[in-house]
Formats: sequence, structure tokens, C-alpha cells
Amino acid sequence: MIYFELFLAFFIPNIIGYGGGPAIIPLIEAEVVGRYGWMSGQEFAEVLGLGNALPSPIATKMAGYVGYEVAGVGGAAAALFATVVPTMLLMLGALGLLYRYRDSPQVKRMSQWVRPVIAMMMAGLVVSFFSTSLATAGLPHTLLIAAAAAIALLCFRVHPAFVVAGSLIYGGLVLG
Amino acid sequence: MIPLVHQEVVKRRGWMQDEEFADVLAIANTLPGPIATKMPGYIGFRVGGTLGCINAVLAVILPMVVAMILMLGAFSRYREVSWIHGMGQGVVPVVMVMMGQLAWDFLQKSRLALGWSVSLVMAGVAGVLIYWLGLHPGLVIGALLIAALLPSLARSKATKEATR
Repeated sequence: MIYFELFLAFFIPNIIGYGGGPAIIPLIEAEVVGRYGWMSGQEFAEVLGLGNALPSPIATKMAGYVGYEVAGVGGAAAALFATVVPTMLLMLGALGLLYRYRDSPQVKRMSQWVRPVIAMMMAGLVVSFFSTSLATAGLPHTLLIAAAAAIALLCFRVHPAFVVAGSLIYGGLVLG
Repeated sequence: MIPLVHQEVVKRRGWMQDEEFADVLAIANTLPGPIATKMPGYIGFRVGGTLGCINAVLAVILPMVVAMILMLGAFSRYREVSWIHGMGQGVVPVVMVMMGQLAWDFLQKSRLALGWSVSLVMAGVAGVLIYWLGLHPGLVIGALLIAALLPSLARSKATKEATR
């Protein structure tokens, strides 16, 4: 039963997550934190932090880790299966059809219409991370780390891995 | 990551032509889910059948999944240690900034395609449905996807009847 729940929790975000890879992040959060309560917002943020620091797609890293946390190796397999196989089969099975319609306005519209919804959910996630951080690290540390991260990422184009590593060191030394 | 795959598949191994690679990428873009698993899966299937597909996908996802499980597993085992607890707190504002960047990026892309007013109205309505009325996001997005496809069905039926 837990395997089926894991399958669903990752199948739904991956089948509706149009508009680019990161689109599935807020959808996964809605399942893993919101619906099934397998993780707290804090834990989800930690997974996302490490996931952003490592290469390869975020979707499979999250699926593998969350699945493993919830139900061991079998859970990781179920979550990864749900992430990879359905869209892969869709791609292999409907290739001719997709090829014919790849420039059709309807197909383009699908990702265009989903994008504002995803943007909204991402903004919702920003708010929830802010309130999590407010409750644990407090306002001054939250603002300081966020400002430093924003400057490093946006002005100096520092690789996310270094920004995450920096925040871990700061947290370990100052917030511990 | 896509340019690296291109380098390997087209330039180095010659498994595909440039045009074909571009087509596969365009098709992968029309489907939901991560590009970085669909591309290798399809290329693996083309080159080595089902086994090739499984092989290519596992090569993409397994190393980093194992790394995540090992690193986060060790991390959550020692969560009670205060400095490890602090590290977990330190990363949340960074993730918040990254998510803010993504949200802005998605809003910009959506503004370019739909314009400010339509984007904001759609985002606002979705926000009310999901956060205020508590609808599952899958329902909201599922309905949008169906709506995006529907008029095309009506129109193609109409053109079929018109030509009849």
C-alpha cells in the first residue's frame, strides 16, 4: 500500500508538471509534505538544498531519496519508477503523434497555461520556507543568509553547490 | 546537461544526426517530467532496445540518488547533534532564495507567452483554488491541460464537417 502511495505521490507531479524540470518541485512538495505528511517543511528544504548542490535532474534525486526515507529500497524503486517510466512510455509510444503535433498551438499552450500556476505554487513554497526559517533560525539569521545567498547567486553567479555549502557551514558554526 | 548529452551522442558516438537530436529534444519538451531522463531513455532505446533504455536511465539517475541517500541519511541520523541541526537550519533561507528565483523565472516565461494580465489572473485564480479552497493542485492543472487541448478538438471536428 505504501508503495502505491509513493507511486501516486510521484506519478501525479511528473505527469502534470509541464513547463520545465523544476516545475515538479512544488507539486512534489504538495504531495510529500502537504498530502501524505511524510516530511516536514524543514526536511523538504534540506532535501532540496542538497539536491540543488548535486548534478543530475532534481526530480529523480528527490524521488529516490524520499522513497528511500519512507519505505527503504523498495520505496525508492517505486518513486523512481513513477518519475521515469510513465513519461518515457508516453514518449516511446506516442512519438509519431507527438512528432506531428510538436509545433501545434494546443501542445504549446499546455505548458504555457500551466506555467502561471506553477509560478504561484513556487511563490507559495517561498512563503512556507520563510515561515519555517522564521520559526527555527529566527528573522535576523534568515534575512542575513537569504541576502548573502541572493547576492552570491544573482550578482556573482556563484554555483549553487557553493552557496549551499556556505549556508551549511554558517548554520553549523552560528546556528548550532 | 543537454549540451553534454549532445556532445556524447551526436559528436562522439555518432548514434544520431543533429536534426534528429533536435527533434527528440523538441518532443521531450512537449511532454511533462524531467528532460534529462526522457532524452537518455529514448536515445538508449534507439541504440540498444529496452535494455539500452534501462541502462541509460539508470546511468543518469542512480549515482546521484545513492549520493543523496548516503549524505542525507547520515545527516538525519545525527540530527540531534546541535551543529548538524544548525546546518539544516542554515540551508532553508538559501532554498527559499532559489525557489524565489524559479518562481520569478516561471512568471517571466509566462509573461512572455501570455502577457502580464493573463499570467497574473491565472496565477491568482490558481492560488485561490489551491490555497484558499484547498483543491488538489493536480485537479487545477489537469483541468487546465484538458482546457488547453479541448478547443482544438472542436475546431478539427468543425473543419472535418466543413470539408464533408
